[in-house]
Amino acid sequence: MNENRKYPFPEIDSDICKGCALCVASCPKDVLVISEKLNSKGFHYSEYVGDGCIGCGNCYYVCPEPSAVTVYMKNYVPEEVS
Amino acid sequence: MIMAQKTVLRKPKGFIDVYRHKPGAEKDRTHYCPGCGHGIIHKLIAEALEDFDIVEKTIIISPVGCSVFAYYYFHTGNLQVPHGRAPAVATSVSRANPDSVVISYQGDGDLAAIGGNNILQAANRGENMVVFFVNNAIYGMTGGQMAPTTLEGQITTTTPYGRNVKTDGYPIQVCEIINQLTAPVYVVRTSLHDMPNIRKTRAAVRKAVLNARDKKGFSFVEILSMCPSGWKMDSVPAQNWIKENMIPRFPLDTFRDISEDTPAIERPVPVMDPDEVKKILGYSVLSDSNFEKNPDAALEKVALRVAGFGGQGIMSAGIALANVGMEYGYNVSWLPSYGPEMRGGTANCSVKIQEDTIGASECTEPNLVIAMNQPSLEKFEKILVPEGTLIYNTTLINIEPSRGDIKVYPIPITGIADELGDTRVQSMVNVGAFAAVTGMFDPGEIENLMSFLFKGKPESVIKLNEKAVRKGYEYVKENFS
Amino acid sequence: MPRKLMKGNHAAVYGAILAGCKAYYGYPITPASEIAESASALFPKFGRTFLQAESEVAAINMVYGAAGCGQRVLTGSSGPGISLKQEGLSYCAASALPCVVIDIMRGGPGLGNIGPEQSDYNQVIKGGGHGNYKVIVLAPNSAQEMCDLTMLAFELADKYRNPVFVLTDGVIGQMMEVVELPEPVTELPDKSEWAIYGTADSRHLINSIYLDHDDLEQWNRELMKKYAIIQKNEVRVEEYRMDDAEIVAIGYGSSSRVLRSAIGIARERGIKLGMLRPITLFPFPVDEIAELADRGLKGILTVEMSDGQLVDDVNLALSGKMISDLHNRMGGNVPTALEICEKVSELYGV
Repeated sequence: MNENRKYPFPEIDSDICKGCALCVASCPKDVLVISEKLNSKGFHYSEYVGDGCIGCGNCYYVCPEPSAVTVYMKNYVPEEVS
Repeated sequence: MIMAQKTVLRKPKGFIDVYRHKPGAEKDRTHYCPGCGHGIIHKLIAEALEDFDIVEKTIIISPVGCSVFAYYYFHTGNLQVPHGRAPAVATSVSRANPDSVVISYQGDGDLAAIGGNNILQAANRGENMVVFFVNNAIYGMTGGQMAPTTLEGQITTTTPYGRNVKTDGYPIQVCEIINQLTAPVYVVRTSLHDMPNIRKTRAAVRKAVLNARDKKGFSFVEILSMCPSGWKMDSVPAQNWIKENMIPRFPLDTFRDISEDTPAIERPVPVMDPDEVKKILGYSVLSDSNFEKNPDAALEKVALRVAGFGGQGIMSAGIALANVGMEYGYNVSWLPSYGPEMRGGTANCSVKIQEDTIGASECTEPNLVIAMNQPSLEKFEKILVPEGTLIYNTTLINIEPSRGDIKVYPIPITGIADELGDTRVQSMVNVGAFAAVTGMFDPGEIENLMSFLFKGKPESVIKLNEKAVRKGYEYVKENFS
Repeated sequence: MPRKLMKGNHAAVYGAILAGCKAYYGYPITPASEIAESASALFPKFGRTFLQAESEVAAINMVYGAAGCGQRVLTGSSGPGISLKQEGLSYCAASALPCVVIDIMRGGPGLGNIGPEQSDYNQVIKGGGHGNYKVIVLAPNSAQEMCDLTMLAFELADKYRNPVFVLTDGVIGQMMEVVELPEPVTELPDKSEWAIYGTADSRHLINSIYLDHDDLEQWNRELMKKYAIIQKNEVRVEEYRMDDAEIVAIGYGSSSRVLRSAIGIARERGIKLGMLRPITLFPFPVDEIAELADRGLKGILTVEMSDGQLVDDVNLALSGKMISDLHNRMGGNVPTALEICEKVSELYGV
């Protein structure tokens, strides 16, 4: 995780993502895109491009892969998780 | 915990960290296809279990279908079960562990086709469980065949020309059916077709698991879900397909929500203490008398047939004799004739009373017959052994026995009972007559057993039957000595 | 010892209670309904579960669930119901779940009738569901054994983590005899290694899927090993008048009761007839029967209420060294002692 990133933001595990694009469609700020690149399983994975996340959690709740999306909220304190 | 309070949304603790039950290398991801609704629903369940701190007390039943491997993921107790039977298994799991949260997770084929009755009956019993019914209008695991919820005209691998309602029937609306039953406390249909509805689904999932935690009974959550592979379309168009095609047939609604006003289910605590078990079984009041056998009895081994109409106390006479025999320390057996004739008006039973271990319990060659009506006399006189003994009821039998090689005791059995004021005591008249004819039992000892034989009956009934034994006994002694 | 005159079906339910059985799940069927009726009367008195399931299939799946939760659990049925339970039994065996099933056999095939028969032999003894598995089968022939062997069934089920059948017929179930009631079990086995209790430490998995072919073959081999141990350790037979027997009759359940009577008559006629009664049908008394071939017997007669299902296994055990003859009745008919004696005289010239 990039410590300098601006909260809130989603973190997408590009290897686990199956590229279904449900998160892209559900994002109210259109800040998720499907990558041109393929992951090791041959999927074009989803990516968060730059700023604009409002922490709504849509991408998290629509994602069918439990480990693919993590959303760090505005009030997230990194020390919380070891 | 409401979502606003969460500082991070990550894989919920309701899931196992590493999917160790999953074969192969990829123990960090599900087996589901891209865009499959199962993963979303799994996550909502796992999140609710974590948020309500009930992961450890939850038991999830995995069905047959795509979610057959639900047990790979949930950090709960897991049972994988036969096709359609999850509600039956969940029933006994819930009964065995009444404090646990039991979840039956099922697809449309599993729940509405092969398991149709199981879901209805578990719902009707109001079992304390949650059923998550994932309706994607198709069989996913087996490769896209017609489901009971497949829409009219929908093409599947077994409806290549589209579902024809004239031959395949109509898509089954399960919530509407469940809602016909009295017991369920929460019946709802939600959908995954957009974010507001995913959030409504989340709320329904949370309410349902809380109902189970609070022992409110049966909660049913039907979720319209995408099967992009089975429907042969991308994930986002699949969401639209739910909206445009499924929802018109499967309207989203909270059909019932009465959990607030429903008291918690209470299940009894099993009694396992051996002393308590013996007490409840009445060990201390069970038979232990050992009457002295009569060395001069006319018979020392009895193979008896008692026969007559139903209602003549045939079976009870036999059982009473076997009971008395037991108190004398004999080996005894009693076997009813059974079969269609049991309800057809005639009845007979075999009773054996002897010192040796008893072989066959049916008396195919009796040495004693008690015939209470004419058909019984005709039938059983024939199979008496030579020198055998026949007692017959002269109140109802107008013919004479035909054999000359047997001992005969004509007794007005029904008449004696009627004189005592109750035809039903015929059976005990027979017991008294038996005692006198065989010499095996003493009527005084039988009287000692009356309160045991008629346990729970009023004193007047006991006294009457005691008289009947005595009358039967005396009739034989007075008329045939 | 306290004693009580009771039906075999009733005695089996007493046995279950005494064995610490916590739940009964069943569906009515003649001639086994009395087991469900007795259980419905008795189990609630102990705060234990009685549930009349919606079907035979549901009942065995409820058994699967209860067994998975570590409970001693019972169901009872008869032929057509046992047929329906076979899938669930396969799952129970595959998932190594201990449970007890009582089968009060009736006349078949099809709807048949409700008279006594022994025609479920093959479907029960051979593991009647799909896949490679066996169930332990106990064959009581008295009300006393209905109680005792039901208790033993629970013990063996737990010992081997396997379904156990108590297999008998309508005569034994309906017959009343004196039962000396044993002491209740004082301690139940610890199943915390695998059973699910809805607690943090019992988050186990009850399952029978092995996607990997080698894994499934390995599991099948482990099951085979278990069955071999059962075969070695658990054979039970009763021998009656075998010391000087020149002709040996083989039969179980009701047939063996009639055989006892037949032996009485035969002996009066100077015919030295004895009986070998299998009490366990799986494990089948293979060695005990094989040994008969070395005795110089005049003959071996298998008596059964089925179409030669038992005599097939007898002859398999005899391995061609002798061939057993067959006397059988079906359709609800029970062989009579006289009929057996006549058959013996006719077959062996005695």
